[in-house]
Amino acid sequence: MSLAMILAQAGGGDEGPGCPPAPNDYGTFHDAFDFIVHKRESVSGGICIGGPGELWDLTQTHLAVSFVAIAAAILISVPIGLWLGHIGKGEFFAVSVSNVGRAVPSLALLAFFVAFLGLGFVNIAVVLMLLAIPPLLTNTYVGVRQVDPETVDAARGIGMTESQIVRKVEMPLALPTMFGGLRLSAVSVVATATIAPLGNVNTLGLPIITPQNYGLAGEIGAAIVVALITLAVGLAISAVERAVTPKGLKVAERRTTSRRFSLPTLRRMET
Amino acid sequence: MIDVLAQVQIRERTGKGCVAENGFCPDWIADNLHKYWSPLLEHVWLTVISVAIGLVIAFVLALICHRQRWLTGVVGGFTGALYTVPSVAAFLLLLPVTGRGNNTAIIALTAYTLQILFVNIMGGLRNVPADAVDAARGMGMTDNQILRRVELPLALPEILAGLRIAFTTTVGLATLAFFAGAGGLGENIYSSAAGTGGRFFKSNVVVAGGLAILLAATFDLIVLTFQRFALPWRRAAAR
Repeated sequence: MSLAMILAQAGGGDEGPGCPPAPNDYGTFHDAFDFIVHKRESVSGGICIGGPGELWDLTQTHLAVSFVAIAAAILISVPIGLWLGHIGKGEFFAVSVSNVGRAVPSLALLAFFVAFLGLGFVNIAVVLMLLAIPPLLTNTYVGVRQVDPETVDAARGIGMTESQIVRKVEMPLALPTMFGGLRLSAVSVVATATIAPLGNVNTLGLPIITPQNYGLAGEIGAAIVVALITLAVGLAISAVERAVTPKGLKVAERRTTSRRFSLPTLRRMET
Repeated sequence: MIDVLAQVQIRERTGKGCVAENGFCPDWIADNLHKYWSPLLEHVWLTVISVAIGLVIAFVLALICHRQRWLTGVVGGFTGALYTVPSVAAFLLLLPVTGRGNNTAIIALTAYTLQILFVNIMGGLRNVPADAVDAARGMGMTDNQILRRVELPLALPEILAGLRIAFTTTVGLATLAFFAGAGGLGENIYSSAAGTGGRFFKSNVVVAGGLAILLAATFDLIVLTFQRFALPWRRAAAR
């Protein structure tokens, strides 16, 4: 009996029930799926990793930090975008925010925050929120600016107040574009939450960041789960978007599907 | 002589203290700047090659969809789905298939540029005024001539806008390419956390992150400059 096996058995005795050693005869993807559905002993030994239990815990943290970040980003950027769009000013600001936001790599932003402000849930949520704001703000602004001025004039003509115009005319008409921004934001937040374990927030990126414990199977298994969750979030937001789009817009929307990728912004930028 | 030695010692001591305390250390940065040269070049290489391949593929796809409109939804849905896959996951999921290294990173980064470029090329072609195309046809141009002499020049601003977004996005995503075993500036940022027991080294984060942002801005400026020279009629119209 080799030393490694003795050590593995000794480790197995310590940590209690139901934690077999990692299978060694599986192909890479088979091994990764096995990591998702069965727990196993870690690469360095001594602790149990993987399985639905741990992955569910990691998923909950992942979704929690993402949700907090997206909610905060909505609360900040939607009012500003609606207001700037309504008064028709700050185009340079709204477009610059999205340009700057794209140019700052998420890893650099996270590293900067962790290095200067420290670890923890709140800091990571703030990093993710900063990533989520640019697409939301820009798309809200562009969505409102795209509303036909005659429609706004008509609303004013029948006696609506400015806040009524924003709430009852401009916002519903801007919703599809706003949701395009929300989907971009949410997908990038959920994707970037993968590197949150660098800030001590144990999201689904934990197996990816610590391969010395989780091995290649853990890295790829976690990558599969992250990819599925991101796709699900994207699809869920698309479904909500369809549900809340005003009926009148659905007909017009079909002709310009590309609008959801904030094309109007892109054209506007270089004029 | 003694003064100089003393100064050197003091400088070393403060430098070490600064590094040990994980401060922001200009001295350390000045001494170590050369270490960023090769990651920066790797980063440039990953970005340029991925955007170039992405542009070729997106262009071909867009031209096919321009002729066969019904394909637009299919291709757009496919590139959109690719775009949704988180970059870290994409790098890792490709590992068993294409191995560690630049190839894996380039495949994933190229996949991300497709959506941006395809959408903008299609948008540019669709926004060409129908009158311009009709006039060209009235002059006896063939479909290919219309594409080359009328539609593509008029779509160029939007195509270049897409190119700018593709460049800045790819520079950002390439900071995560070290997960695929390719280097780049991200490796500097990431490895500094590993070296200090989970803490990021501030000086390193600022330099590596700053270089990545500068790189994105540089690519943006290059495309903008190209746009000024490639579209002289727009400058004329602006006057």
